[in-house]
Amino acid sequence: MTPPPTAHGRRSAHAAHAAAPSFLDVDTLIGDRQVEIVICCGSGGVGKTTTSAALAVRAAEAGRRVVVLTIDPARRLAQSLGLGELDNTPRPVVGLDTSAGGSLDAMMLDMKRTFDEVVVTHSPPDKAEAILANPFYKALSSSFSGTQEYMAMERLGQLHAQASADAAAGRAAWDLIVVDTPPARSALDFLDAPEHLSSLLDGRFIRLLLAPAKGPLRLMGVGFTLVSSAMNKILGSQIITDVQTFVRACEAIFGGFRQRAEETFARLSSRHTVFLVVATAQRDALREASYFVDRLTEEQMPLAGLVVNRVHGSALDVSAQRAAALAEDLDTPDGAAGEHDLEAEALRRHADLMRVAEAEAALLDRFATARPDVPQTRVPALPSDVTALGDLRRVGALMAEKD
Amino acid sequence: MSGPRHNLHVVSGKGGTGKTTIAAGLACALATRGRRVLLCEVEKRQGLSELFGVPPLEGDEERRLTRTPAGGSVFGLSIDAEDALREYLETFYHLGLAGRALDRFGVIDFVTSIAPGLRDVLLTGKVYEAVRRQLKNLPTAYDAVVLDAPPTGRIGQFLNIHEAVSGIAKVGPIRTQADSVDALLRSRSTIVHLVTLLEDMPVTETEEAVASLRQSGTGVGTVIENMVNPSPFQPAVLADVAAGAVALDVPGWDAQQNAALAAEFAVEASRTLEQQVRHDRLSRLGLPLVQVDFDPLGIDAESLFGIAEQLTDQLALEAS
Repeated sequence: MTPPPTAHGRRSAHAAHAAAPSFLDVDTLIGDRQVEIVICCGSGGVGKTTTSAALAVRAAEAGRRVVVLTIDPARRLAQSLGLGELDNTPRPVVGLDTSAGGSLDAMMLDMKRTFDEVVVTHSPPDKAEAILANPFYKALSSSFSGTQEYMAMERLGQLHAQASADAAAGRAAWDLIVVDTPPARSALDFLDAPEHLSSLLDGRFIRLLLAPAKGPLRLMGVGFTLVSSAMNKILGSQIITDVQTFVRACEAIFGGFRQRAEETFARLSSRHTVFLVVATAQRDALREASYFVDRLTEEQMPLAGLVVNRVHGSALDVSAQRAAALAEDLDTPDGAAGEHDLEAEALRRHADLMRVAEAEAALLDRFATARPDVPQTRVPALPSDVTALGDLRRVGALMAEKD
Repeated sequence: MSGPRHNLHVVSGKGGTGKTTIAAGLACALATRGRRVLLCEVEKRQGLSELFGVPPLEGDEERRLTRTPAGGSVFGLSIDAEDALREYLETFYHLGLAGRALDRFGVIDFVTSIAPGLRDVLLTGKVYEAVRRQLKNLPTAYDAVVLDAPPTGRIGQFLNIHEAVSGIAKVGPIRTQADSVDALLRSRSTIVHLVTLLEDMPVTETEEAVASLRQSGTGVGTVIENMVNPSPFQPAVLADVAAGAVALDVPGWDAQQNAALAAEFAVEASRTLEQQVRHDRLSRLGLPLVQVDFDPLGIDAESLFGIAEQLTDQLALEAS
């Protein structure tokens, strides 16, 4: 009987029926000066934020001037970056090895503030005030499910513009932006949300709301009356009035919304941007990763590869079945305390670990077989939480290490 | 046989904690002999059909996902905000032509995407309708409804219907609907369960979610600790193992193998001890804690019944 694969024996054990996926070399990636933006995507709970931070630390210590844009960091991660709290402005991370000439700044996206800044920047002062005070805007800027994605894009655009301006002026400038995407139900939201929001704000309905009762758009008026009265009936007239006020007030910046969404999208498909898909070796996470990989391929977006976090393995080459059988042999028949109780428990734990490792290896092999062109790197499960700069360094090293 | 004490079970948790799995296990646990339980998802993920290994749930179909060993049935419903709005318009307004115009002009998309809070009202409104059937004694009634709700980061907002629509719809039918949903969510027939792992981040999010829900007046019923690795040993013994102070001697193994096993066991022991610390932290919330063991074989439709058993034993909540 073939022993189940261990983390160490994985490639040899599976070489017979699954092509080993090519290795995602993150050191080559961060060493490539052409790469200016790295976007980490994946479903919730897979360790995206940790991956982004670890990659940023590694790149900075390799000599890149890095800014990492996180979305929703655990407070302890902010602390591990030496920052009591993160806000909308990049702050320098201290304690890094800067001997290679790199640096690291970190920030956390403040969705509402970023949106407010967009409004203030792109509209005349009196209009800006009206928009910011509008109840519809207030709700839109703080609770629309796509706003976070949209504002992450917006902030990314700003950081990139600032880096270009600094470089052009001969100042010290960021040469790498690492982006952690919002915790979405689906990784695809990051790509879809900005386009969705701008199409909504730029769409037919908005044009209807803005349409004068007379003039060239009058022909659409009949439909609009129908729609408008239906909306009034359903929502009450207050919301319609609020929307209309909002739309009128920020009409000037709507063109800007669409244009900037398009610019950002173009930037994302340029040769200066790469996507890293982050997953764990679990069915749901890999399914989301597959959707995302397929979508990037379809849209010809630059996919660097897949980072698989928290992969289990063992240095002890004893199969789950054997460990379980040994544990059973050591158990006392009546369940009374015996001299090998600890050994039995240790063996049972090992058997569980091997079952997990085996299941994970099978899922990863399946992914690799279905998508042989996607390079992978695997980060072993750590015994404890990532809480300090040293831990991030360690995750970065494990990510860069060929499995 | 009396009905379950709670008609609506809302299950939330941080991403990656197994929220959907626990919601499904809970639905199975509630589906005792002859009972019908509805399991709803609201984020278009098709997580339920994947989990139960059945074709995707489309539109407003409520399809049987499984029969439980106890002789009950679990039905599934995947709620979509746009469909809910269309259905709502049709049912309450008979809009006909105007309804179609709304769709054509992108209003449905606009309203469900942008009108803040409205999306959540529509989603919970469908759940409300399913729960209400029991009061109305409809033949399609369910004994209990389990909602696989959005993750903890969004749950406070999701359940705070009142707040969500207050700034927008001050009067009108949406408001009336929202008030009814709000009343149900705050009533005693609703219970919220938070799923967590015994790790730092999920526990922190659970604490934050409990605080935010309490503030908004929606109480949390139980905290479910998922993927727990219980140990038969006392903490003092585990501490020795974790410190590497215990040598293992598996008969027939050489020193190297024993050392490798001991090192691995030390990591496991320190993890178990850390889990204990997190468990103690959660105890301070003053809520009933329920443990579901880690299943090394992974989760599929069959393993849900095992989870259901553990939930039934510990919750002992709904058994008549």
